[in-house]
Amino acid sequence: MNKETTTKVDATKMIDIVIDDRKISVPSGTMLLDAARQNGFHIPTLCYHEDLSRAGGCRLCIVEIEGQRALTASCAYPITQPIKVKTTSRRVREARKTTLELLLSEHCGDCYSCVRNGNCELQSLAKEHGLAKLPFGHPTEKAFALDTLSPSIVRDMDKCVDCGRCVRTCKELQGIGVFETVGRGNRKGISTFQNKPMAEVGCINCGQCVNRCPTGALTEKDSTEDVWAAINDPTKHVVIQTAPAPRAAVGEEFGLDPGNAMTWELNTALRQIGFDKVFDTNFTADLTILEEGTELILRLYKNLVEKDTSQPLPQFTSCCPGWVKFFEHVHPEMLAHVSSAKSPQQMFGALIKTWYAQLNDIDPESIVSVSLMPCSAKKFECNRPEMRDSGLKDVDFVLTTRECAKMIREAGIHLPSLPKSDFDDPFGTATGSGVIFGNTGGVMEAALRSVLEFVTGLKVEDIFENANILPVRGMEGCRFAEVKVPEKVGPVPPMIAHLVPNWEWLAGQTLRVGIAHGTKNARKILDDVADGGFFSTCHFIEVMACPGGCIGGGGQPIPTSPAIRQARADAIYKEDLAYGSKGSVRKSHENPAVLRIYKDFLTEGPCGPKSHELLHTSYWPRGKFIGSW
Amino acid sequence: MNIRNEVTFSTIRPRDGLKAALEKSRTEVVDDILRSGLKGRGGAGFPTGIKWKLAAEEKADEKYIICNADEGEPGTFKDRVIFSEWADLVFEGMTIAGYAVGAKTGIIYLRGEYGYLRQALEDKLAARHQEGLLGDKIMGKEGVSFDIHIHMGCGAYVCGEESALIESLEGKRGEARNRPPFPVAKGLFGKPTVVNNVETLAWVAAIFALGPDWFKHVGTEKSSGYKLLSISGDVAKPGVYEFPMGTKISAILKTAGADRPKAAVVGGASGILVPAKDFKRAICFEDVSTGGSVIVLSEDRDFLDILENFQEFFADESCGQCTICRLGNVKLLEGIRLLKEGRCTTKHLQKLCTLGAAMQAASKCGLGQASPNMFLSVLQHFKGEVLGRPQAEDHFANKRKAS
Repeated sequence: MNKETTTKVDATKMIDIVIDDRKISVPSGTMLLDAARQNGFHIPTLCYHEDLSRAGGCRLCIVEIEGQRALTASCAYPITQPIKVKTTSRRVREARKTTLELLLSEHCGDCYSCVRNGNCELQSLAKEHGLAKLPFGHPTEKAFALDTLSPSIVRDMDKCVDCGRCVRTCKELQGIGVFETVGRGNRKGISTFQNKPMAEVGCINCGQCVNRCPTGALTEKDSTEDVWAAINDPTKHVVIQTAPAPRAAVGEEFGLDPGNAMTWELNTALRQIGFDKVFDTNFTADLTILEEGTELILRLYKNLVEKDTSQPLPQFTSCCPGWVKFFEHVHPEMLAHVSSAKSPQQMFGALIKTWYAQLNDIDPESIVSVSLMPCSAKKFECNRPEMRDSGLKDVDFVLTTRECAKMIREAGIHLPSLPKSDFDDPFGTATGSGVIFGNTGGVMEAALRSVLEFVTGLKVEDIFENANILPVRGMEGCRFAEVKVPEKVGPVPPMIAHLVPNWEWLAGQTLRVGIAHGTKNARKILDDVADGGFFSTCHFIEVMACPGGCIGGGGQPIPTSPAIRQARADAIYKEDLAYGSKGSVRKSHENPAVLRIYKDFLTEGPCGPKSHELLHTSYWPRGKFIGSW
Repeated sequence: MNIRNEVTFSTIRPRDGLKAALEKSRTEVVDDILRSGLKGRGGAGFPTGIKWKLAAEEKADEKYIICNADEGEPGTFKDRVIFSEWADLVFEGMTIAGYAVGAKTGIIYLRGEYGYLRQALEDKLAARHQEGLLGDKIMGKEGVSFDIHIHMGCGAYVCGEESALIESLEGKRGEARNRPPFPVAKGLFGKPTVVNNVETLAWVAAIFALGPDWFKHVGTEKSSGYKLLSISGDVAKPGVYEFPMGTKISAILKTAGADRPKAAVVGGASGILVPAKDFKRAICFEDVSTGGSVIVLSEDRDFLDILENFQEFFADESCGQCTICRLGNVKLLEGIRLLKEGRCTTKHLQKLCTLGAAMQAASKCGLGQASPNMFLSVLQHFKGEVLGRPQAEDHFANKRKAS
């Protein structure tokens, strides 16, 4: 909204302003709200979000600027001249209070039965402003039907406060535009295309809107009741796989600062609330690297040596279900570019009900496979009709980080005070490469660690210090990196020796890789590849639908901000390094459990027939078709 | 119809103003407008010369002149008359503005309801092209080029607000922008943009035809020149009138033949209510400012009917982006209906007044800031008339019957 009207911050020019009789000095162009907050003034906001453009619509951040007739929305006021500001005057207080009274006159919902109880911005504002009576009333009857058709997101318009954060999130961050402001005056509202249910519009289920909704108007589809029912059923063998991103963030739900990973405490908690086995999704993240990395090698070989372009380059990653659906909608004609490897969650699901069941002599029908993900789109993914390669639904239920925390709280457990415990076998503890899947650039880094060692026969630590492939890290929306393959290549490892004769054709070549996070950035790269632009010369492109990657996923604790996501990302990299210091492995192809499964079960190696049956999938050219599936 | 001959615009020959302006340098043109004291005729009264100067000082590859012809204020219809009778003056004003600030493109944002005027305006524009008054080398002057396009509004009141108008022109929802930056710095597509009212631009042509000093010497010290007023309501001769700035309301009402007026709504639904005791006040920027609307209310009118009508309008026309305007106008409307039914408690009425004050202070744009004006004015001047409603209703019914 009004993006072209933002003012540039000029750090060379300092401006002296007075806020509530206190003098401060700020760079010219700083927004008044930012200046105030940086200097310890509290100004309430509702439609403002750090990740989004400034709408200035809720009118809660209003302040009084001396000499101006009307009050000013501080979030959108650039300081370009000395001003005197009052943030607490009577006019300001009364206007804020009146605004809140008006908002509550339309907000229908019982706080105590709302999933956002205790973490709702409207509730906090009402408390903060001491709303005792509601002179304009408070509705007790719902005016809208609940939209529960989407497998990922529930939309309750009775709780919507028209802040427009979901509209801006979907447009500005994700480049999709599922939501739009419609109507005027008292009929103004937020709508989907033709007011259709979320399941029937071009929504990719990423849940970024949920992360930014200040109230309970947008929430994930709750699976906790189903999971409790499975746990309570003694005939069921209930297993859970946990992804790295929720482990890095779940502590926030228990009052910890962002950046405190709770991986090992979480294992204890999950066993305590009744899961029979707790597995690490990183096992299949490592497996993904081998499958997807092998696929990349095959593609490179076919394209560069055999000149066969039936599986074209660049190859795109496929582990993000939001990204996959986005791709299916936006460029259905380019689906051959997407790796056919399933996401780690779905690989795990397929293996639990086959290999794991065989190993432990458990009837696959009695297994309930749950996964803990940072993601609402994973709920959609596990319900995709093709995700039944074990003969059953591969993953039965997906819990987001928030839902998992809810279950742990419900059981009366305070997560941070639990003792630590390890994951269960046979999938064991995975590698650092699997852990960093949670960050943007992580899949790329993990893949490069393995591919480089495969090709060169060297240790990746000898090429990149500490095996940290820094060029692919960072928070830039679209990134590009080049990795040179040394002139001297090694022998082809036995695992894939039947697929390529030697590495001579890769010697001295430069691998060109691209990375995008947030589908708005993904669209830029995708369009560029479609147009034969710069990124079409890449060999491998990683995309994650959410800003920051999975650590910023739509199922993660609320709130989110660049700083919070950075803290979670740092926690993930810390955990990766820790694998090295513990003497454990940081590279997918060294994971002993992975080596074991290729020896015992997937005996024809990566991308072999059995792998293709269980670990690979196909995609739907959805295009502009929007419907439940 | 005979009034037509008495107004200034009828005496101006097209081309005179443009010719005089193009003989001057760009800075002289801006200086002349500054000297004339011309202020925006849309109602806000911002000095036109300063607006032009700011836009002229901006460095940009493209600048725009927008003629705000989204005349949506209830009771205002003078711009329609200007376009029907003296459209050339508006085109000339735009061309002069373009010359002064260095813009090559002019856009007329024409109110959706005025679609019937479009063809005639397009024909006039085509004729001006033929005559070398638009396009490249205007009046043969090297380097002076300007073109005018017409863009139709779609009937949203808020699009008369300049930043919402610009959003609408960009193809977006008509919603007011955050300011600063102002349109003169970052307007249409982020380029410096001057938005002037139809009447303002017509006066620009007149000022160059007759000289800035002629304009400066009419009106009051702070409000130069003449003002067109759209007079309606309980008057014998409704229509568009021209008065010098500073004319007393009583004189205006007399000219138009007001029928037992008890108040006048000046400035439309978002203007102010002037009770009869204040009719000695004058129409000018320093006293009662207006975009042109004067609605006369006779003694038979029920203020609550008027308020309900205005409030329905605002509840419907609020763009809805800012909370306090979107919901506040609905609550005021509900409050007025409670008053009509005699069911509004004193306490609630107090709350409504707090709400009105909060709307004036905290709304994002002029629409929300002005929407409670009338409600608060009525309570200020005629509180007795709107309280204790059941009896009062009979009172008005009888009165109407009698008259």
